[in-house]
Amino acid sequence: MFDKKELEKVTKAKAAWDKKAAACEERNALFETVSGLPVAPLYTPADVDGLDYEADVGVPGEYPFTRGVQTNMYRGRLWTMRQFVGFGSAEDTNARNKYLLSHGQTGLSIAFDLPTIMGRDSDHPYSHGEVGKCGVAVSSLADMEVLFDGIPLDRVSTSMTINAPAALLLAYYVAVGEKQGVDSKLLRGTIQNDILKEYIAQKSWIYPPEPSMRIITDIMAYCAEEVPKWNTISISGYHIREAGSTAAQELAFTLADGFAYVEAGIAAGMDVDTFAPRLSHFFNAHLDFFEEIAKYRAARRIWAKRMRNKYKAKNPRSWLMRFHTQTAGCSLTAQQPENNIVRTALEALAGVLGGTQSLHTNSMDETHALPSQKAVLIALRTQQIIAYESGVANTIDPLAGSYYVEHLTNKLEQEAEDYFDKIEALGGVLKAIEKGFFQKEIADAAYAYQKKIEEGNRIQVGVNEFKLEGEKIEIDLLKVDPAVEKHQRKRLAKVRAERSEAEWKKALDGLRQAARDGTNLMPHFLACGRTYATLGETLDVLREEFGEYKETPVF
Amino acid sequence: MPEKRIRVLVAKPGLDGHDRGAKVVARALRDAGMEVIYTGLHQTPEAIVEAALQEDVDVVGLSILSGAHMTMFPRVLELLRQKGAEHVVVTGGGILPDNDIAELQKIGVGRLFTPGAATDEIVKYIREAAASDN
Repeated sequence: MFDKKELEKVTKAKAAWDKKAAACEERNALFETVSGLPVAPLYTPADVDGLDYEADVGVPGEYPFTRGVQTNMYRGRLWTMRQFVGFGSAEDTNARNKYLLSHGQTGLSIAFDLPTIMGRDSDHPYSHGEVGKCGVAVSSLADMEVLFDGIPLDRVSTSMTINAPAALLLAYYVAVGEKQGVDSKLLRGTIQNDILKEYIAQKSWIYPPEPSMRIITDIMAYCAEEVPKWNTISISGYHIREAGSTAAQELAFTLADGFAYVEAGIAAGMDVDTFAPRLSHFFNAHLDFFEEIAKYRAARRIWAKRMRNKYKAKNPRSWLMRFHTQTAGCSLTAQQPENNIVRTALEALAGVLGGTQSLHTNSMDETHALPSQKAVLIALRTQQIIAYESGVANTIDPLAGSYYVEHLTNKLEQEAEDYFDKIEALGGVLKAIEKGFFQKEIADAAYAYQKKIEEGNRIQVGVNEFKLEGEKIEIDLLKVDPAVEKHQRKRLAKVRAERSEAEWKKALDGLRQAARDGTNLMPHFLACGRTYATLGETLDVLREEFGEYKETPVF
Repeated sequence: MPEKRIRVLVAKPGLDGHDRGAKVVARALRDAGMEVIYTGLHQTPEAIVEAALQEDVDVVGLSILSGAHMTMFPRVLELLRQKGAEHVVVTGGGILPDNDIAELQKIGVGRLFTPGAATDEIVKYIREAAASDN
């Protein structure tokens, strides 16, 4: 990007400065990113020597999308402020969502409880004690109807954090739309539906990888026709990072998963351009400001290059990586929880400067419980302050051209490429999962991070420095009503008593048949939903057909 | 006589898949010279107690981030008592509100650790708890 003469001058000046700097004493600190990448005291044009502006950076809205996926980014429309909500009964979550919509939130994001995530009804023995605890309980279409009561589905976009049972929850959503008179072609939203990162990091699975991938390609094919505005997978690095990975691992493993879905879609006989535009991504925003921004920029560039060059996608929409961001839960501390507001604000700012399409900001109290209404409002306000008061949304990708940020973007891209080679050498993502490769890499990184904190090499304010002795937590915490489990049992009993036994059986038999003969499962999930087959009953059919996944844990 | 190695079962009860904490703690305990058995994910209280008895552990550490702690801790404690294994120390950590911690300690659960706890502290506690019990 710089001519040779200029660079020579720069290099000379830098060498002179290096000498002076070497004579200065540095404070005793770890000069590296949160992920452990060493950071130099000064970056100059010499560090981005090979950068080709047009090929590597470009302009927003154009290949390789390093600077952002829309032409005018936040000048046109701000990111979607989308707080992740779910607790207790469908009634509780419905009320919280209406509260947030009335305070300026612009999209919904549903958190389900663990029984729902693991495909168990609220009255299953494994569900005892977990119903409504870390999300909302949905055991049948009846719960879904309550969850979206009074929320017109043609007017909101809804993200659902659901993976193994994603196809079924999408079917419920389509069925609720039908009841509201909304055509499925108008529905907008996302199902997470990223089973690979479940095996790698989040660990909420039901079926083994192969049938799970088949369910995913069925969803992609179905949505291309019937729910064309739906994002069929949110390829997620968030949980990989929360499980302890570095930024480079988050980037590499997430994109490797994404390419595995693309390859599965192509192998299932689809044209890449029919499904790739509906793939979206989901990243973490951790505390290392510049590293995170570089990560998002590198992610867009890698995705665009591979989608165009390797997978031969022709539609530019297949090249561009749209992503959601959530601030890092794992960076928050139980000590002095109010400080978490500040951590979250910094992380959110990185997400915005990295060009995110939507954002969730964590609440200060999440190391103690699910967020209270007050805490979640502060979290939403944090986004609004960034959007409307800070001025950062006025210009696009303002950190482009920073020697450090461009250098780090290149560096992260290179680290990701090195990981892609390793994964390929192991035989691809599924084989690498089988061999525990990702799991081991992440566990090692998590342990190394913890060690640095405990040895005092990395300072965590309020944890290993600047502590308050005898601290008492003075924030009000949300308490989930323990009656939820009973309430759910009652509703389930009613659903089972009132439905037509014949239709219910027919729908479940249809699903079993489709599982065996390979026809698309989606219409059958929809039929099961409409006849009020419960979540557990429906997914049990496939448990019988596909078997269940078991992990050999490594630590 | 050489000191007997402390045996610890690190367990993930319920449907929660967040295993970062459990694995970091398991590794720290192992590095501190303890014998560590990790159950893996999605264990019922019954399976955990079964494993605790079979492995003849001194300590059971439960990691729960899902909000199910008020069900899981009492259940594990109760099952251990039923099997005559009340000498086993039950400790753990996760997303645990202070009020719930106080309530659990009242019924006999040992120290509980929340985000930000140092593994050193956990090692020290387990050594003390296991020693005072023998």
